[in-house]
Amino acid sequence: MSRLVRMDQTGHTTVAEWTAEDPVAAEAAVAAFRAELDQGYYAVVSEGEGHAEQVRELPLDAPLVILRRPIAGG
Amino acid sequence: MTVSSPAAAPPAIASGSLPELAGVFWRSQVTDRSLQRTGRLWTLSTVAHTVPFVLAAGVLAWLRPVLAPVSLILLVHAWVIPELYAARGAGVLRRPRRRDHPAEPVALGLLGDLVDHHARELHARTRLVLERGRLGTWLVGEAGAVLVRPGGRRVHCYCVKVPDRQLPPSDRTAHLLLALRTDETGFATVANLAFSGARWRLRRRLAKDVREALDVAARYRAAS
Repeated sequence: MSRLVRMDQTGHTTVAEWTAEDPVAAEAAVAAFRAELDQGYYAVVSEGEGHAEQVRELPLDAPLVILRRPIAGG
Repeated sequence: MTVSSPAAAPPAIASGSLPELAGVFWRSQVTDRSLQRTGRLWTLSTVAHTVPFVLAAGVLAWLRPVLAPVSLILLVHAWVIPELYAARGAGVLRRPRRRDHPAEPVALGLLGDLVDHHARELHARTRLVLERGRLGTWLVGEAGAVLVRPGGRRVHCYCVKVPDRQLPPSDRTAHLLLALRTDETGFATVANLAFSGARWRLRRRLAKDVREALDVAARYRAAS
């Protein structure tokens, strides 16, 4: 089961869940993903220490896609 | 990646770069070489701030021993100025006072999933995440990060945060960690440099638990 989670005030919220065998859930996840990007979130797939990839399309094979807010110098 | 020259319109951001770079398009991209140059400039600046005071103190005491108290004041100035800079650097790892966020356990769970066992243990003790990068070893906190350069003698302290006060502390750290992993040099470019100098100078200004994290970071070698 793959998950799209958004880091927010609740710690994190699961926005969508899907599997490769469930095209309807995958389609809903893609729609939810685009809606979150439109809200200003960035999507990241972490690949362990030192590596993460920012994605603009939902990678359906990724187990976890995380939505984050932009950062800024303090 | 070209972000060095100011222009009317921000340049396109290279694939794999932090999108936040578009907001600081006038800054030169941080590189290993630019960090060395920055370090040397900070050292030069520290010398320029302190040497005149030390010289003046010596000359005054030599010319008129009765002015020894004035010399002492000058020496205190020479000592205090670098300490103030180091204190500013230590501030990037200082934790905000608000602690009890109801969603912190949930956020902590997600952050724990992003790091390995050793980093989780260190975070439990120090609230800092250790992350090896190509530029050195990073300590990432809620509102800033410290880069310990290879060799462990010099540190660069960066003020950087996710501008959302409602997020739980571990989520704030996770935001910075993911941005750092996405584009390390971009992360260092977006962040504001608060201090660059000797690790020992920074260490003295840190809380005891944070010192431990800094010592651990100094022992790590940068990722290849």
